[in-house]
Amino acid sequence: MKQRPFLGWFVSPAALVALGLTAAMAAILQYSVRAYVPGSLNVGGLTLDNFTALLRPLYAWAFWGTILLCLLTAVFTLILAYPVAYALVRVRSKALKSFILIASVTPLFLGEVVRTYSWMIVLGNNGFINSVLKSLGIIDRPLQMMFTTSGVVAALVHVTMPIMVIMLAAGLSHIDRNYEKAAESLGAGPVRRFMTITLPLSMPGIVAGFSTAFAWTFSAFATPQLIGGGKVSTVSTLVYQLGFASFNFPFAASLSLAGLVMTFAVIALMKRAMRPVERLGEQ
Amino acid sequence: MSYPMRRSPLAVAGILLVAAILGFVMLPAVVVTITAFNDKAILAFPPQSYSWRWFERAISYDDFRKGFWNGLIVTAWASTLALIVGTGFALALHRYTFSLKSTLEALLLSPLVIPHFTIGLGLLILSAQLTVGRGYPLVVLAHVILVLPFVLRSVFISLKNLDGRLELAASSLGASPRRVLFTITLPLLVPGLVSGWLFAAILSFNEFTATLFVSNQATQTLPVAMYNYVREYADPTLAALSVIYIVVTALLLTLANFFFGLGKILNVDAH
Repeated sequence: MKQRPFLGWFVSPAALVALGLTAAMAAILQYSVRAYVPGSLNVGGLTLDNFTALLRPLYAWAFWGTILLCLLTAVFTLILAYPVAYALVRVRSKALKSFILIASVTPLFLGEVVRTYSWMIVLGNNGFINSVLKSLGIIDRPLQMMFTTSGVVAALVHVTMPIMVIMLAAGLSHIDRNYEKAAESLGAGPVRRFMTITLPLSMPGIVAGFSTAFAWTFSAFATPQLIGGGKVSTVSTLVYQLGFASFNFPFAASLSLAGLVMTFAVIALMKRAMRPVERLGEQ
Repeated sequence: MSYPMRRSPLAVAGILLVAAILGFVMLPAVVVTITAFNDKAILAFPPQSYSWRWFERAISYDDFRKGFWNGLIVTAWASTLALIVGTGFALALHRYTFSLKSTLEALLLSPLVIPHFTIGLGLLILSAQLTVGRGYPLVVLAHVILVLPFVLRSVFISLKNLDGRLELAASSLGASPRRVLFTITLPLLVPGLVSGWLFAAILSFNEFTATLFVSNQATQTLPVAMYNYVREYADPTLAALSVIYIVVTALLLTLANFFFGLGKILNVDAH
């Protein structure tokens, strides 16, 4: 028998936290199959009504809209984050590297409220973009950017950028530079080297970043709530309304559960679709 | 090879592109800073006249003061607990195989992809079922669950970089497992522990969505107080508070970068 000193001490606190999380998830599962008693915080008997209600057009559309919002955000974030991550890993100057790192990572630690608020000032009718465009004489009436899906996407891209940069950079930094040097010595130009070597080898980072961006966008609440202003409904804003405006916790629970299943399904799908490429990266 | 003196057009285009994207990343911070000094009580850009008055109001506003102290209490507890739990579990993950190891690991890392509102709602319902109130313990538990993956990652990376031969040498010289742990392993892990704790603290202090679900008027943290403020007022007070936030966070990160190397913590340094 191998000695494992302190195993119990190391694992038990973590097991307790895991237990708390599991209990919370079990509570959601349990509430999602209970009947809603209007005007009361207590729940009724067992029912599947909450799940049939999910199929009503309002909720089905909100669900579909949220998925689209997450995909759009993840795609734009990937496009914007890749060059930054590439520069972060490949730049030679140490000071420049630190600057890129701090500039791109600081927003991660600012929290959703501060960032969303900043975007409200950027996008608002008297905000930054509109006043710049107006003073340049390009527009005379303010462009409506608040309370629109594009406004929400712009802010969400900004929210998910840092984590995408971190994950892409982690992937890029693990690429063996010798492959590119070999390709260069064999006469491949920079574009070809990037398309046939660097990009395929950074696929694991892309998959990780994309799925995280998707999950984070799905989780975002302050951004769609404040910038969407009720015009853009997402699963998160609906769950909050159901819970705190109508106290329909059973339905809020079933909606969260459906969202959770959907998030896991999308992540699993993405990992599966990328498996052949990942294997390529490991070789 | 390209040298700084003569870059290819492709490299120049790349530099401009990265600069433009970093501009997009920093734009909101710049705009919010300028707005914070607007003398008028409206969120208009650019300001006509400037003053410090919103900073004074941000610091003296009652809900922000209370939110700040609540946030400090929650953050201190949550990040410290997460550090203890995370260090223990990272050590177990690194050293041993045990039953349910991968299940437990997957569970504890799952908050990275579980929406925060789901975790908040789950804990809220759980507290109702157990008929415990929405006090500090509930908020702290939510935060521990949410920041633990980041602590685990930070400690696990430093464990991987730790030279195992030092521990072997100590135990071959007769040190008990406890002595090895406390005089060799943990002291060598200090940079990882400090950075893990710092990350946990920053994330916990800023956590919003889950906290909105599990806190009440008495336990609301600063981000929740800020959210409530945006919904009621449209003056630049919050811009001033955001500036304080941005400055403090950037300072903390610069310090972390200076002392520990942010690239190493985030695992983005080239090997």
